[in-house]
Amino acid sequence: MSELLTLSGVHTHIGRYHILHGVDFSVAEGRTTMLLGRNGAGKTTTLRTIMGLWPASSGEITLAGQRIEHRATPDISRLGVGYVPESMAVFSDLTVKENLILAARDGPLDDSRLEWIFGFFPALKRFWLSRAGSLSGGQKQMLSIARAVVEPRKLLLIDEPTKGLAPAIIVALIECFAELKRRGATILLVEQNFHVAREIGDAVLVMDNGRIVHRGAMADLAADVPLQEKLLGLSLEAHQ
Amino acid sequence: MTEVALPEALPQPKRDLLPVLLPVMLALAMLPLIGSSSSWVTLTAASFAMGMMIFIMASGLTLVFGLMDVLNFGHGAFIAVGAYIATLVLLPLASWVQADSLLTNLAVLLPAALAAMAVSGALGLVVERVLILPVYGQHLKQILMTTGGLIVAEQTLYALWGPQIIPLPLPSALRGSFILGDVAISKYRVLAMLVGLTVFAGIQLVLNRTKIGLLIRAGVENREMVEALGYRIRRLFLGVFMTGSALAGLGGIMWALYREQVHASMGDELTVLVFIVVIIGGLGSIGGCFIGALLVAMVANYGGFLVPKLALVSNILLMVAILMWRPRGLYAVTSR
Repeated sequence: MSELLTLSGVHTHIGRYHILHGVDFSVAEGRTTMLLGRNGAGKTTTLRTIMGLWPASSGEITLAGQRIEHRATPDISRLGVGYVPESMAVFSDLTVKENLILAARDGPLDDSRLEWIFGFFPALKRFWLSRAGSLSGGQKQMLSIARAVVEPRKLLLIDEPTKGLAPAIIVALIECFAELKRRGATILLVEQNFHVAREIGDAVLVMDNGRIVHRGAMADLAADVPLQEKLLGLSLEAHQ
Repeated sequence: MTEVALPEALPQPKRDLLPVLLPVMLALAMLPLIGSSSSWVTLTAASFAMGMMIFIMASGLTLVFGLMDVLNFGHGAFIAVGAYIATLVLLPLASWVQADSLLTNLAVLLPAALAAMAVSGALGLVVERVLILPVYGQHLKQILMTTGGLIVAEQTLYALWGPQIIPLPLPSALRGSFILGDVAISKYRVLAMLVGLTVFAGIQLVLNRTKIGLLIRAGVENREMVEALGYRIRRLFLGVFMTGSALAGLGGIMWALYREQVHASMGDELTVLVFIVVIIGGLGSIGGCFIGALLVAMVANYGGFLVPKLALVSNILLMVAILMWRPRGLYAVTSR
């Protein structure tokens, strides 16, 4: 399987702080790669660096054969990268419909794609003309993800989508990601919830102190409790 | 597929109508204090007209503030430049201005307004590229750069046109008043109201009915996410800055005709006024800016009539009162 995204020796500084220390990894096309790690390990910075929101100070980032580390965020987005930030960042003054109109930058909204999205997130259909600011946290997350997938994208970068959400909504998100996988989407997903990671991840990367400290198959890590404890400080069982 | 339990009805945010009612309540509260109903109507109409002119000048600034997070202390330069450019059209065509036909008057006023907007907008392009671009995100430097820009613009106007005040008479057909019983409402003020309401409606239409408007509203809230969706917000910044500058130019010609004079320091004087309006309204809020402009004009007119000695500080007092009530302005939009 070919590599869609590759990071080689990526360093990122935010002000005087050195956050990423030579990050190297690849994301295979059509697979879901989980990016795990403790708080402050550099997961969010990695996604933001790929998006050009915090530019890499050195190293190479390649997307589908094109170097992107010096490109501006809108250009990276237009190469086919959908981004769901940790903060969700829905436009609260705009309606659900208006949020999705902006996300569909290549033309009008595709009705069949919308119906597909509404299948996972019926709340978005019900509150189509409501201001996004009045949605619940879970509904905002649904909208944030819908915004990233309202048009087909080569790569989805998703940052902690299940954080603080009710279990029923997490199940809906897992089903959504599973369906995206079946449709061949390539996803790089930051997740703190190990159960979610195990459910949807094909491959796994673990970060610590701004470096990748483990890479492999998700199933292997899920089966190896001592390794989980070593890398994440917590085993799957401890998550129960 | 998993069914997620949904609430029956989404709690809708309450419509915040109190700021909208504020000018109405203020006007009604002034009626018994002023005593004469004809004076009250005249003052209220004058306030509305003045408010519309201030709104035209301030509307661009509030968008620039809200979207670009730029403190443009040089906004007044566009107002003054607009007024001076208008003199280049209106003074040579004085015979058209003094003609009794409204159509002839408008035939010279319209090109004057368009020229004022075009030159102010073009100046906005230069200012954004040369002065603002290097200092995005640095408020202190923005204040220094734009204040310096205002001084340079003012001195350039002095150098080009001289220090004297240039009289700019109202077109003949716009002189005088409409008389309704005991009430006299200046014809020019009616025009100012119409232009102000048209600008307000136009901005609302663009912001609420077009994709560019959606991008501006989204950008006011979260610039980074707009970029992450693939839109070049810097281009949007430039467009908004030029539009705001052009509107300031339009406000400049409106104000100059209202005062019937043009002078280089008019932009300097009006900068404080438009900043008060933008702060009262809430950074980035066009609706707030509209109400703020009305309130400022009402306080100036009613205050000038009732307590002339307080007229100079009335706007500051109004701003203090509004900020004590709502520290982020009447309609806060941004998280800044």
